[in-house]
Amino acid sequence: MIAAGILEPYQFEFFRNGVVVATLAGALCGVLGVFVVLRGMSYIGHGLSHAVFGGAAASAVVGLNFFVGAGIWGITSGVLIGRIARRRIIGADAAIGVVTTASFAVGLALLNRYGQAQKSIEAVLFGSVLGVRSSDIVAVAVVFVLVLLVVTMWYRTLLFATFDPEVADVTGVSVQKVEAALMVMLSLTILVTMRVIGTLLISAMLVIPASVARMLTNSFARMLWIAPAVGAVSAFVGMNLSYFLDTSSSATIILVSAAVFVVSYAVTGFRGRARIGSLHHV
Amino acid sequence: MIPQAVIRCTHMSCAYGSSVAVSDVDLEVRRGDFVGIVGPSGSGKTTLLKAVVGAVRPAHGSIEVSEGVRLAYVPQVESVDWNFPVTVLEVITMTRTKGRRWPRISRAEREDALDVLSRLGLGGLHDRHIRELSGGQQQRVFIARAMFHRPDVLVLDEPTSGVDVRTRHEVLHLLAELHAQGVTIVLTTHDLNGLAAHLPRIVCMNRTVIADGSPTEVLNPAVLEQTYGAPMEVLQHGGMPVVLDSGAPHVPSPVRVP
Repeated sequence: MIAAGILEPYQFEFFRNGVVVATLAGALCGVLGVFVVLRGMSYIGHGLSHAVFGGAAASAVVGLNFFVGAGIWGITSGVLIGRIARRRIIGADAAIGVVTTASFAVGLALLNRYGQAQKSIEAVLFGSVLGVRSSDIVAVAVVFVLVLLVVTMWYRTLLFATFDPEVADVTGVSVQKVEAALMVMLSLTILVTMRVIGTLLISAMLVIPASVARMLTNSFARMLWIAPAVGAVSAFVGMNLSYFLDTSSSATIILVSAAVFVVSYAVTGFRGRARIGSLHHV
Repeated sequence: MIPQAVIRCTHMSCAYGSSVAVSDVDLEVRRGDFVGIVGPSGSGKTTLLKAVVGAVRPAHGSIEVSEGVRLAYVPQVESVDWNFPVTVLEVITMTRTKGRRWPRISRAEREDALDVLSRLGLGGLHDRHIRELSGGQQQRVFIARAMFHRPDVLVLDEPTSGVDVRTRHEVLHLLAELHAQGVTIVLTTHDLNGLAAHLPRIVCMNRTVIADGSPTEVLNPAVLEQTYGAPMEVLQHGGMPVVLDSGAPHVPSPVRVP
């Protein structure tokens, strides 16, 4: 009886697709979130999700494929943000704020002027499980495999460039290429997950699971296991809860991961707080 | 027989945009040297080191490192994020990025790393988080990381910056041991009495080389004033020069009001 109730939403194809995409998206955001959090890129992740919104809107208006239009826009914004943050021409946070909010505003203006504004804006901003298609599953799965391959094959390079970029650079690691690769992976992740999670809440999925992992362990390697696990479980539980509570799926996913964060914060005590207290900002 | 030069700078200048950091430097480091580069802040010491390890390209002149000579760079530990989630073993092995791509540390690598740690007095600490170590141990970990690559030349940027006296002694003894084992050492330091005066060779620098020689030859008031732009006195203590900053203002004791 209870099992039948729990399985009830799975009779709907959109829900099944949504659970698969959300769970993969949670794991994907968890893996990349480790780099985002340890490199102090939380604000960059937040800004980038807003920037991708501009690309999504532009591609909708001109009738271009969503992944192509938003992908090109997102990757360009990501590389641009990475360069600004590295060169420190002006304050990195100010530069990111300008680039990303301008991109976000372009998206809003385009949708207001040419699109079916209200519906499209809400779907992109807050995510919608109803809009998930089979192509979304393929896209998330492809990016997930790509990110896993890059992180596995370049594990030491990524770790070295994240922990000690100065010496990594001196000893022949192209830190610039590593940063560009991270920004591209981050842009792709935001691109393929934004339809479920939404641009406004996606940065939480990048930051919360990785912060939980940081509180729970002092090992980089273990963080790369814990963060995707927290992200995937939060997304899976959040998706199921959202059906029964009749709440937004993305908001419920974030609330579940936030609850995991609060529990971890309370359980790990001073040690956990000290660990995340030392994380960088920007 | 004069040992072979392993690093040779010839009329070398380095600049960041229009700002010249190092100008017309002629310097030779020979195999077996133990050289300390001293000078005020902004004198180009770190730029010179970065040119040596290939991180900065000369704008003019040249720098040559003899073929087959392996260099290893040790950064200032003040720039290290001690809260980063890595163990001592991970710090050592993460630098081996070529040849082995998989995350897992191989048995051979582990044995190599443990051997280096043991030789540097860090045996048994490989699974510790880097924050759990003392100041001297933390500095040793970064020297161990450099030694993991079996370098011929060890290049250190301010190895005793921001450390206490005991740690400074530990670092100096360790470097002396490595030098005795045949490693050529080039370092920068601000610490004239605690570190530079104990080295066999000092290079005084202020954008260019002001003087080059043993502490007794180089640490004299004329050279130091030219290097630092401030008057300094030099005393002799136990056969070693001791530098006094004679230009520093005297700060009176606070007046106590009864």
